[in-house]
Amino acid sequence: MEIPWEFIAVQTVNGIVTGMILALVASGLTLIFGIMDVVNFAHGELFMLGAYIGVVVMSFTGNFWLALATAALVMALIGAALQIVALRPLIGRDPLTTILATFGISLVLQNYALYQFGPITRKIAEPITGQFSLFYLEYPWYRLAMAALSGAIMGGFWLFLKYGKYGIWIRATTQDRVMAQAMGIPVPWVHTGVFAIGAAMAAASGVLFGPLSGVDSQMGLAWILKAFIVVVVGGMGSFGGSIVAAIFISLLEAYATIWVTPSQAVIVSFVVLILTLLFRPSGLFGSAPR
Amino acid sequence: MTQRHAATFWIGFAVIVALLAAAPLVLPSFWRHFLTEMLIWGLLAMSSDILIGYTGMVSFGHSAFFGLGVYGAAAALLLVSPPNLVLALALGLGAAALVALCVAYFSTRLRDIYFAITTLIFSQIFYVVIFTWTSVTGGENGLTFTRPGLGIPGLYTIRFTPNVMHWFVLGVVAVSYVVLRRITRSPFGMVLQSIRENEARTRAIGYHVEHYKIVAVMLSGLFAGLAGVLYALQNEFAAPDFVFFLVSGETVIYNVMGGIGTLVGPILGAAVFLLLREALSRFFTEYYLIPLGIIFIAMVIFMPQGLLGFARRWLNR
Amino acid sequence: MSASGPSDDLLVKVEDLHAYYGKSHVLHGVSLTVGRGEVVALIGRNGVGKSTTLKGIMGLVMARQGRVLFEDKPIAGMPAHRLARLGIAYVPEDRRIFRLLTVLENLRTGLDRSGMTTTRRQALLDKVFGYFPRLAERRDQAGGTLSGGEQQMLAIARAMMLEPKIILLDEPTEGLMPRMVSQIKEIIDALHREGVAILLVEQNVPLTLECSQRVYFMEKGEVRHHARASELSVNDPVIHQYLGV
Repeated sequence: MEIPWEFIAVQTVNGIVTGMILALVASGLTLIFGIMDVVNFAHGELFMLGAYIGVVVMSFTGNFWLALATAALVMALIGAALQIVALRPLIGRDPLTTILATFGISLVLQNYALYQFGPITRKIAEPITGQFSLFYLEYPWYRLAMAALSGAIMGGFWLFLKYGKYGIWIRATTQDRVMAQAMGIPVPWVHTGVFAIGAAMAAASGVLFGPLSGVDSQMGLAWILKAFIVVVVGGMGSFGGSIVAAIFISLLEAYATIWVTPSQAVIVSFVVLILTLLFRPSGLFGSAPR
Repeated sequence: MTQRHAATFWIGFAVIVALLAAAPLVLPSFWRHFLTEMLIWGLLAMSSDILIGYTGMVSFGHSAFFGLGVYGAAAALLLVSPPNLVLALALGLGAAALVALCVAYFSTRLRDIYFAITTLIFSQIFYVVIFTWTSVTGGENGLTFTRPGLGIPGLYTIRFTPNVMHWFVLGVVAVSYVVLRRITRSPFGMVLQSIRENEARTRAIGYHVEHYKIVAVMLSGLFAGLAGVLYALQNEFAAPDFVFFLVSGETVIYNVMGGIGTLVGPILGAAVFLLLREALSRFFTEYYLIPLGIIFIAMVIFMPQGLLGFARRWLNR
Repeated sequence: MSASGPSDDLLVKVEDLHAYYGKSHVLHGVSLTVGRGEVVALIGRNGVGKSTTLKGIMGLVMARQGRVLFEDKPIAGMPAHRLARLGIAYVPEDRRIFRLLTVLENLRTGLDRSGMTTTRRQALLDKVFGYFPRLAERRDQAGGTLSGGEQQMLAIARAMMLEPKIILLDEPTEGLMPRMVSQIKEIIDALHREGVAILLVEQNVPLTLECSQRVYFMEKGEVRHHARASELSVNDPVIHQYLGV
């Protein structure tokens, strides 16, 4: 079967674009897991609620960038509140409890969104309209902007981690929680802060992704699964790993749509996960299991 | 267990079974149906307890076992005419067993989180396959079929009236409970619990932890598949929703709410959850999961031993 | 068994401290005091609970019974990060520097405190680098690439960043070459001259006797004996009793 190379090229671009957003979502998950050992089942719902906040702000102001900033900020606060109320009491307990608690939170948030916003898919208008010619397609500028923005957010965060005072606090806490505390770093607040940052990143992803396919209460589910896969394949706790894995998996899925439908293409990510767990269980860049 | 304890237990057990058997004769049909479903979900929750409560392996894969039990039975009932109970059981259990084998393999190589996520992915793989392979599985719309007769096909069958269905389910669940109870109290069950408490030490003592885990997964998967078959028989309907990982999530909720590692606890948890759902739906309509979810989160934080554990402590005062 | 140091100006007072590791009863009622600016040593065989005592003071181990007072205020149960801000610094037995952070970043975990102006920070950094020129050379190197002795220096330098009133120093000379050991001794003396109190857990007897003013002897989770360092010699039968094989 002749596959036109332009089709492959377009899918490559698609894969990278989706991959960047997936990387941003997965980064938040990795951050939360790496620092707090919490598997945040509710991450997809933070993404989803962020998108909805974007919808609301857009409907009042029509300003996409304001929507993006507001969603990130509001979800950061909500994330911090959730962590303080539901996750702090669980510190030191069986890790199963945090999975269950965040699963419970995801159910509540999903249904709350359904209740608050109804079942009809909402739209967020693209901030950058217009297309350019990519091979045989008219490719929307917005998609490239989306990828660039995701990259910028991740890059900005990386810089913050590397050079900022709080970045050092976060890195120290990740490496040795006990000694970080002994150095006067208020570790419980670092945890809250990290969760808030993770939530903000998820929310930003939601708003960025919104114009692409609409906002509904179920959109978090698909993303959380993929994000989990990315985090495991990339190596839990490894930022760079998540980004590489996200792009890798998105590319494979994009190529897979040459032969199968998009809803079937997700199997690709499942297969990648299984293969990774069989042959390289600590992930592409992961450290050995603790 | 002392003689007195054993006697109390069996008497209590007999009483409860008798009550449940008598129920369909007095309850309106809605509640009879509800009770039957409760028993089925209770069986699913029990099967999950083997892994979570006794072996210490958190699994989100029960929707795969359950769902394949449903679809396996559906396949049997659709492919062979007249519909054949034994075949339905065989295919349903067989399908579940196959999945259990795969999961069992992974269980020996992965720990904790990785195992949990893998089982979740397994459920989703089946979900996607079933959802998209419309020609075989009916996709989103699912499959409908008719119940077989109860009994030995070809020799003697009676029709499955709602009451007969209820007693059949009750019988299967009660026997399953007794069997699982026997197993968890056997030396095998003790080893499982030892694995849960300290896997390294159990291995150091000389037990082949891998073998035990595999058997535990198979056991758990089979009974979950059995629950699936029962569900198919009861509802005459199969849909991809049963394979979606939310089913696993709810199963784990039943376990935790009731109290893991007790067998009875998860059944209780399932019952309470379903009752709460009924009650809350009256006020909150389809958004019952908001208050129910909050209750669940509160229970995870404040009542980690589950209802049963809480009741035990309260009774021991 | 309680022991008396200078009764006024007590910095740390531990009274009848009981601690557990899980179900294991490790400290059976430890009592000791450290005066302001004093160097006090804790001596005993491996496993008698010396490190656990330090951890108990730092809130890293659950104290079931007993009191710990810092400047006459009870601190038992306070999280470690509050104690660090109060002025208690901890240098653990295995150093535990942040291996993936650079030397400078390691120091910054203590340096970037509220209330530290840029001038004060630079001054403190310069002072500590003055004590540890080796660290100054390696300021941008990852902690994990330093040698054992350098990591020990870093652990102590990091503690000094907190400008503490007392440093809990756990076996600083373990596994170090003699040259480094004498460097450690110089640091302890320098800290003492600056008025920083030190609670020192050590197996190296000569160093301990040279640096400390008082010595507590521990056995089986309790303080069994107490003496002034000036009253002890290296070959003292007491030393042999509590440290000998």
